[in-house]
Amino acid sequence: MKTVFERPQALTEVPMHYCPGCTHGIIHRLVGEAIDSLGILGDTIGVASVGCSVFAYDYFNCDMQQAAHGRAPAVATGIKRVLPEKMVFTYQGDGDLASIGMAEIVHAAARGENITVVFVNNAIYGMTSGQMAPTSLIGQKTATSPRGRTVEEMGYPIKMCELLATLEGPSYLARVSSHDARHVLQAGKAIKKAFEMQQHNKGFAMVEVLSTCNVNWGLSPVNALKWLEENMIPQYPLGVFRDVTAKEGN
Amino acid sequence: MARVLMKGNEALSEAAIRAGLQAFYGYPITPQNEVPGYMAEHLPLRGGVYLQAESEVAAINMVYGAAGAGARVMTSSSSPGISLKQEGISYIAAAQLPCVIVNVVRSGPGLGGIQPSQGDYFQAVKGGGHGDYRLIVLAPGNVQEMADLTTLAFDLADKWRNPVMILSDGILGQMMEPVEFAEDQKPAKVEKPWATTGAQGRKPNVVNTLDIIAEQAEKNLGRLLEKYERIKEEEVRWQEANAEDADVILVGYGTSARVARSAMELARKEGLKVGLFRPITLFPFPEKQLQALAKPDRSFVTVEMSAGQLIEDVRLAVNGMSPVYLSNRLGGMVPTPEDVLSKIRDILEGRGKA
Repeated sequence: MKTVFERPQALTEVPMHYCPGCTHGIIHRLVGEAIDSLGILGDTIGVASVGCSVFAYDYFNCDMQQAAHGRAPAVATGIKRVLPEKMVFTYQGDGDLASIGMAEIVHAAARGENITVVFVNNAIYGMTSGQMAPTSLIGQKTATSPRGRTVEEMGYPIKMCELLATLEGPSYLARVSSHDARHVLQAGKAIKKAFEMQQHNKGFAMVEVLSTCNVNWGLSPVNALKWLEENMIPQYPLGVFRDVTAKEGN
Repeated sequence: MARVLMKGNEALSEAAIRAGLQAFYGYPITPQNEVPGYMAEHLPLRGGVYLQAESEVAAINMVYGAAGAGARVMTSSSSPGISLKQEGISYIAAAQLPCVIVNVVRSGPGLGGIQPSQGDYFQAVKGGGHGDYRLIVLAPGNVQEMADLTTLAFDLADKWRNPVMILSDGILGQMMEPVEFAEDQKPAKVEKPWATTGAQGRKPNVVNTLDIIAEQAEKNLGRLLEKYERIKEEEVRWQEANAEDADVILVGYGTSARVARSAMELARKEGLKVGLFRPITLFPFPEKQLQALAKPDRSFVTVEMSAGQLIEDVRLAVNGMSPVYLSNRLGGMVPTPEDVLSKIRDILEGRGKA
């Protein structure tokens, strides 16, 4: 009998704590598959952040460090600089990366720090029960924007890929989505590519994965996937914003 | 290496490199700029990593990452910058990671001034960041000790898996004195089987500070507190002079201890029985050693460049057995031996207020 589908070696055999319908589990799996397919499990050090993915250190079957809120790129920098031969990745949400950790992500990108960043954008603070995030959409109702986010009071959502694409440091910046099978497959390719960039010493690589928070969005899992597709993608267009290898014709 | 004339900050930096420093993550702030300057100049040429971070917050989190990956690592800053580092320091203490943090103290609160001060005593020895934790805090009193205590700091950090702070000040950092480095110093080889270096052929290691199950968290904290108790038993360092017959014992660390020593010498010339007690470790504080000196007909005077911070630990140590007085200057001003001597006369002539 041939095994056609199994748990990646890079994921531990423990049940995840994520809410039913949440796409974090899928994105963990994509990271795990990328690590497996590159054969780098024993050489990889992951950095978990603060937010829903705070327990990521329990789920990835490699050495892990748990970072303070927003500081994962700094922690990853500290690791990578003393272990340049190892693979170092961060796994961060949008509150962590695009709000409290804005300085750390921008400067890691500007330095071209040779790390891989998996950025999960669900447009809300999930762990703390649904507050407005820097990535929440205009009009989006959250616990701290109960009448909907307004430009007058709270300004505009932050597009991280576009913002980081103004810098020369990044080698690879891509935005992908997790709302259906086709996009999940594309997301997996992008994540693998972001690890390959590091493997080939190309410098900073980030994949932004649009994801859902059906519980805090107040939607069923299926409607949340639909909401992502219909509302988040127009605000956060999918695509590759930087790929230094494209010029090289790979 | 023969005796050389060096600034305190440079002697500290050289000692760190000789102790096998693998990475330095810093951010500019006066009066500690000689440290990152020296590191940028020398560390990369001697096999280490120098990186100027985007902020103090980033720098200390880089230290967390590198320490967790098993490297000998250090950062330095001065008071306002150390405040910013407190988040990371709390995490490093919680994760039991070894590292060295240098605070070349300037006056505060707020932006304060760039002149020397000891106003960060409480912050250094009582915690500083959130939660129940302690740093090992070393207080050098001259340029040679800026070097020697730096070597010790790395060894203690590894021995106890604990962050160690060197509490210096603008005078000790900037002053030049002769300093000697051991010829044959070999950095200690320390096994760190807990470090995240890639889980090749072993189970994954996790560096973590999240502890959300209260029963377990209390137990883990208990282990941390036990460690601090062992540190208190084993690592106390201090110096005393002329304490046996003293009517007045001056207590001071760092720059203040130098002033106190001069005051003691002036007082002895006048026939006044004055001694000196200099804590070298501020945590663990030489509590028992001070307590042993306490008696009703003896007074203590803390000499401080802070508003009566050290005095609280001295009072706790003598536990009401002796009156304790304060002789201090603030805001970047340094007490003179004459200031202290006049305080001693006041006390001996019954005019002092404890």
